[in-house]
Parts: sequence; structure tokens; C-alpha cells
Amino acid sequence: MMYAISAIGAALILAAGHFLPWTITPIIIGLTYAIAALGVSVMMRAGQVSFGHAMYACISAYTVAFIARAYPGTDAITLILAGVLVSVLASAIIGVFMVRYRGIFFGMLNLALSMVLFALLSKLYHITGGTDGLRIPRPPFLGMTLERESFEFLLLGLALVISFGLAWWVQRYFRSGNGAALAAIKTNETRLEYLGFSAYVVMWRGYLLSATVVGFSGSLLALIQGLVTPELGLWLRSGEYVFIAILGGAGHAVGAFLGALVFEAVKLTSSAYFPHLWQFILGFTLIIVIFLFPKGFVGQLSKRMKL
Amino acid sequence: MQPLIKTTGVQLSFGGVIAADNIDFELHSGERLAVIGQNGAGKTTFINICTGYLKPQAGKIYFDGTDITSMTPRKIVRLGMGRSFQLPQLFTEHTVRECIQIAAARQNARLTAFKPLAATVDTREVESTLELVGLREDGDALSSDLPEGKRKLLDVAMALALRPKLIIMDEPTSGVASEDKHGLMQTVMNALDERKVTSWFVEHDVDIVAQYATRVAAWINGAIVADGSPDEVLNDPRIKSEVLGN
Repeated sequence: MMYAISAIGAALILAAGHFLPWTITPIIIGLTYAIAALGVSVMMRAGQVSFGHAMYACISAYTVAFIARAYPGTDAITLILAGVLVSVLASAIIGVFMVRYRGIFFGMLNLALSMVLFALLSKLYHITGGTDGLRIPRPPFLGMTLERESFEFLLLGLALVISFGLAWWVQRYFRSGNGAALAAIKTNETRLEYLGFSAYVVMWRGYLLSATVVGFSGSLLALIQGLVTPELGLWLRSGEYVFIAILGGAGHAVGAFLGALVFEAVKLTSSAYFPHLWQFILGFTLIIVIFLFPKGFVGQLSKRMKL
Repeated sequence: MQPLIKTTGVQLSFGGVIAADNIDFELHSGERLAVIGQNGAGKTTFINICTGYLKPQAGKIYFDGTDITSMTPRKIVRLGMGRSFQLPQLFTEHTVRECIQIAAARQNARLTAFKPLAATVDTREVESTLELVGLREDGDALSSDLPEGKRKLLDVAMALALRPKLIIMDEPTSGVASEDKHGLMQTVMNALDERKVTSWFVEHDVDIVAQYATRVAAWINGAIVADGSPDEVLNDPRIKSEVLGN
């Protein structure tokens, strides 16, 4: 049933993109938020909330920008994969010490590192373009040089495929042995060690997957915007990912997409109708959701249908 | 025959309090050792030392001939030592079956990141472990929803699913209604016999000790003051007055 609903949703999105081309950019940006929140929700399964995961989207996005500018003509698919790869490598190194920490220390250390990256990107003007960022020339897509509309429509299709693939992968991971052990860390890390498993290794693998997923969002965001700026790695952005993950719930991969849908809907409508109050309305929504659905939308859905 | 566990001169103190006082101790395969002693006598501390949670300030610990003195709990478990706790240590957001599956995944030493957990473990083995402790019908229940007696059984079952050579149980009947204690202990002992696992348990209930132990060790102030058959130890006048409070 979940696959059927997802397929219908994807068809509607593609139809919207085809008949209303102006919707493509906001939809892709919404999907990148959902993908990033999906990555954040992986660590939330272990009870760890990162307030710095936007750095992996940022690393991935800047990699896309550097390569696209250094090697014009590089294919969009290659750029996305390169961005994700660098993001994974960075998380593999950072994760070595990051996964030793729990709770507030985990959250704050991630935030601190993301702010170091933000500062570096802002200050190293000659390399990164400073706060103005770097423009990305439109790359070819599967070898084809396309006009803007066609490129964006194909990118929408690719973003949907990546979203499905990542959601399926993450959900598969949640049900795997490593995923079960990651969730066990949340409730009883000591017992996990007394079953002969290394909580450290389990956490590190989870962190790697989490950054990989967030990396995809950065690459896609860079290509649809055609511009990367240090704001991509700002802690506020990480906070938005956490916000979406909490709204949707970490119990199922679909939670991040539900959370992003509601987040974007509330943000767009409240900023349109109450331009001076949209942050208040967004915050109020989160309070209501946490109060009514402590496990997010997906927790509520799980009660009604077998997810 | 080589002892399963052997300690020589194990010492540990916390400030001025001696928790383990030069303990020389051996446990052989097939034994059911009951450890008795007043609260604070050092029983749990000694378990924590032998399972790697605490490191002794002096002395050596061997498990099945391997020096485990400086090993982590994780490595000791991998050698074949399981443990249950006074307060059951469960994965409270997992079902009973999932708790056993995670433990059973240890047997093939892998937690894959892609294959479903249920497909990486031997289903018959998981179900037989649940059956052994009478939790098969509760398999789909959240472990946090179980009553205390069943939580205790699940705690032991998770250790049992590791297929260990030895299980150390810290007060397996504490927190359980007195009328249920014998039933719980009988279930645990039947399961251990079925899997041919040597056991060592801390217990305050003398009836349980007398009925289920083949050997009793009494602890006072971090030292073993009596060690022998249940008859000998439980009828020792010093043990009666200082440990059992008769």
C-alpha cells in the first residue's frame, strides 16, 4: 500500500512539474529537505540528535560546485555521485570521534564542526567565493545538453528516483541487524555490549549512512539552485532538518517525507498570509505535533496501518 | 580439569571500602553456584569484575584458560560468558522476539546493514530459546510491556541466545512475587540444563538456593568466607548468624 501511495504521489509531482513548471524548483527543494531529514532520522533512531548535519549537505554541494567549475561538461549524475562520495569520506573521518559522544555532546559537537565549516567557507573568499558563494554552470544530463526547463524536469525525475531509493534503503536498514542494534543503543547501550556487539561500530555505520543520505540532498540542492553558499551548512539549516525529522517521526523512512510536506506547507502558507508571524506559526505547529503525536506523524500512522 | 572461571588474588576497593578482598575462586563446568551474602558484601562487584565491567586493582581472572583481566565485557561475552542483571536490561522499544534475535545474531558474529534482522538469524533457534523460557506467546509484545517475572526471563533468555558456556545471573528472582519465584527459577534452570550451560547466580532466598544450587559460596565484606555444598554452607553457624540473619 505504501508503494502504491508513493507511486501516485510521484505521478502527481511529475504531472505538476510538467504542467506547472514553476513548481519544479520548490518541489525539488522540498525533496532535498526530506532527504536530509531522512538522514538525520537515522541517528535519531539511536536517540542522537545532530544539530550539524547540514555540513554534509554543504560538503556535497561545494564538491559539486568545485568539480562543475573546474571540469565544465561533467555530467550531472557524476557530479551528484562525486558530491556524495566526498560527503561519505568526510563523515567516515569525522564519525571516528563523533560517535564516541552521546546526547547533548553529540548534538553540540556536530553543530560546532558545522560552524567551523561555515566560517571557513565564508572567509576563504578566493577559493569558496565567500558569502556570495559559487555559481554552478548547468551541466549536461546523461550526456545531453539541455535547456533550463528540460534540465529541471529531468532533475525532478532524478530527485524522485533518489528519494524512493534512499527511503527504501533507509527503511531496509531500519529492519536490518545493524538498524535494530542502532535503535537498541537508544534504550540500552550497556546491554548491547553485553551481547558482544560494539556500540561504537554500530553508531559509526549509522553515522556513515546518515551522512550519505544527507550528502544526496546537498548535491541535488546545488544543481537545482545553480549556486552554493555557506548558508547550506548553517546550524539553522541543520535545525530545520531536525524539525522535519521530529514532525515526521523516526519510526519509518516515510516520516521524513511527511514531515517535509507539512513543514513546507506551513512555511509557505504562513509566510504568504502572515509574513511577520511565520516563524511563530511554524514553532507553534511543532509544539502541537509533539504534544499530540510524540512519535511524529509516522507514529500516528503506524497505529492505524501496518507500516 | 581446567576451571571455567578462575580468579587469583583479585582485589578492588572503593576508597576505604573493600569490595573484593584477595579473592581466589574457581568454578567448574556443570556447577550451579549460588552466591549469598548481605547487601554490600561484594557479590555484584565480583560479578562486575569477572564480566569486565570493573577492573581489579590486583589479581588475575581467567575464563576457560584465557586471561580476561583487562578485557572489555564485549570481548568476554564473545568467549562464551553470558550475563543477566538484577534490574532486567532489555531493549525496551523492541519486541521480545527482536531482543532474542539481536542476541542470536551474535552467533554468526554479524549485524548486516541491509539484510533484515530476522533473516540473519536461525529462526528455529530463536523460537526454541523463546520456548525454553516460556515466552513464545509473548514474542510480538514490546519488552517494556512484560510483567517483571517475564522481564527477568527475557533478560536470561537474551544471555542464553548467545549459546554461552556460562551464565552469571544477578538476583534472578528479585522483584518477583514470592509465590512466582520457584516457578521462574525452575524455568530458568530447565533452560540452562537443556542448553548444558554452567551457571552462577546471586540469591537472597535460602529456599531457592537450597533447591537449585549444587554449590554455595558465602560473601562477607568482599571475601568468600564459606564455599561448599548447600548443606554445609547453609548450616554453618557463622553463615547462619552473619549472612542469613538466623
